[in-house]
Amino acid sequence: MKKIAVKVDDLTVAYNYKPVLWDIDLEIPEGVLMAIVGPNGAGKSTLIKAILGILKPIAGSVSIYGKSYEKQRQLVAYVPQKGSVDWDFPTTALDVVKMGTYGSLGWIKRPGQKEKKAALEALEKVGMLAFKNRQISQLSGGQQQRIFLARALVQNASIYFMDEPFQGVDATTEIAIINILKELRKAGKTVIVVHHDLQTVPEYFDWVTFLNVKKIATGPVKDIFNDDNLTKTYGINYKVSIQE
Amino acid sequence: MDIQEYFSLVFSDYTLRTITLGTAILGAVTGMLGSFAVLRKQSLLGDAISHAALPGIAIAFLITGAKDSNTLLFGALISGLIGTFWIRGIITKTHLKSDTALGLILSLFFGFGMLLLTFIQKQPNANQAGLDKYLFGQAATLVVSDVWMMAIVTGLCLLVMLTFWKEFKILLFDADYTKTLGFNTKFIDILITSFIVLAIVLGLQTVGVVLMSAMLLAPAAAARQWTNSLSVMVFLAAIFGAFSGVLGTAISASQNNLSTGPVIVLVASVFVVFSFIFSPSRGLLFKQLRFIKNRRDLQLHKTLAFMHQIAATHEDISHPHAIKLLNSFQGYTKSTLQKLVDKDYVQLQGNMWSLTKIGFETAANLYTKQTTEDE
Repeated sequence: MKKIAVKVDDLTVAYNYKPVLWDIDLEIPEGVLMAIVGPNGAGKSTLIKAILGILKPIAGSVSIYGKSYEKQRQLVAYVPQKGSVDWDFPTTALDVVKMGTYGSLGWIKRPGQKEKKAALEALEKVGMLAFKNRQISQLSGGQQQRIFLARALVQNASIYFMDEPFQGVDATTEIAIINILKELRKAGKTVIVVHHDLQTVPEYFDWVTFLNVKKIATGPVKDIFNDDNLTKTYGINYKVSIQE
Repeated sequence: MDIQEYFSLVFSDYTLRTITLGTAILGAVTGMLGSFAVLRKQSLLGDAISHAALPGIAIAFLITGAKDSNTLLFGALISGLIGTFWIRGIITKTHLKSDTALGLILSLFFGFGMLLLTFIQKQPNANQAGLDKYLFGQAATLVVSDVWMMAIVTGLCLLVMLTFWKEFKILLFDADYTKTLGFNTKFIDILITSFIVLAIVLGLQTVGVVLMSAMLLAPAAAARQWTNSLSVMVFLAAIFGAFSGVLGTAISASQNNLSTGPVIVLVASVFVVFSFIFSPSRGLLFKQLRFIKNRRDLQLHKTLAFMHQIAATHEDISHPHAIKLLNSFQGYTKSTLQKLVDKDYVQLQGNMWSLTKIGFETAANLYTKQTTEDE
């Protein structure tokens, strides 16, 4: 049995009256590339945000390799939705990627040569080195997404949480991103991705969690990615044609 | 006194020097902090805070009976802070959007402040006159201790900003992400907001409740037009703010009956208008010029492509064709033809034209390159 990278117990989150997430128990084994799928409003992003402490849950707990998230923060990196920030902010691509080093720097200390080098390496990995001095508003959507990915790569974490990294990117960028995610998995990292395109789940991921306020199912894609679970999650009779 | 006289007097005349220094420092600190407010999309926060400060001034006067600016501004600070955290509370605890919360607190506090001011004016006390100067500000009342106070706060603000620069920057850009890195975002947020409140309160005496938010926003909005770097933006906003202060003071001192606060705000607005029009990368003027130039270039290219089509029908690419032929192409004008001749793409012989070798090759390669850089 593999080690458990992320363990979620009885997690419940509500914004107002209705719960957005209800009593989620989840164990994510180390080294998987996992998709979180579910309809709009199923609480996919909320689940990630609650695990990362951005949202305060009503009940439940999260542990990362057996210890509380607060103690294991440096093991975790986050790629927010691209649309969550204002891309007209006056800064460059390189500067944004450097922000990934802020956590390990801690308060007050400024990034230096070492951090710059790490940021440049990450930019190269996502194929954006040529754009390092570009003002971020002059990047295309796909390029912005890669910058966010590079920022998380700089953190050199063990577990990556990504909120819809394929949203609004073209086919070239999607392939570039998925290749990086697969490389991360090869390096033994755990990658958790909120994902919308059901067609690509079997091709991209080896682990999947079905979510619709409650957890419907979680496990290896080859075992549980079937019409039964899809129907339970999306509420309609879902037929997915898995391309071999 | 004219402007020249002002600038010769400003170094020798004590009062003038005090006021100029005061407005310059005030402009610098509000410009600096205003950059943060603008980037956080909290432009209206400044307006709400300054209005929320008014009842504090009145209450401070009612309690102490004193009229020295430090006491009154301390009251303003307290009520400004209460207003600010009330706004934050409304936004986080209710369904109301931030603009509604700002509007509510602004009018509630300002209304209450005005009520207290009229109440104070009815009091049988000779001392009450002059509180209403906080509505529109009166730079002439600045004394050296006020300027010292401004300088100290500005210095403190600079120190904090330089110390927490990295934290400020990342919070402004991506607050959620900042949280996941382990930073106490609430602390950074309160730090920034408190300094904004402090700067606004400092400016009330000079610029007044009603116009204070312009001091915060105008220099920052102008600065944003000239740069894509946060540090340069903050620096420029400070410079613009300081210049607005000095120029505004100079103009109002050189004319009779021109109140300083509004003039400063107007000067700052001139900076904004100028920046919005003339900034090379974001300004309206150059944007429009680039737009026109691009259209012209495209038109030229289209004409060239059309000519290329005709020329390609003939074995000899430099075989002359009648100019009349071009009339059937919509984008054709005599001036585009002349431009093509100037570029050595086309040769004219009487009523005939022919493509040159360069012209033919250029036309063949127009827009066929795969643009990989900007996908």
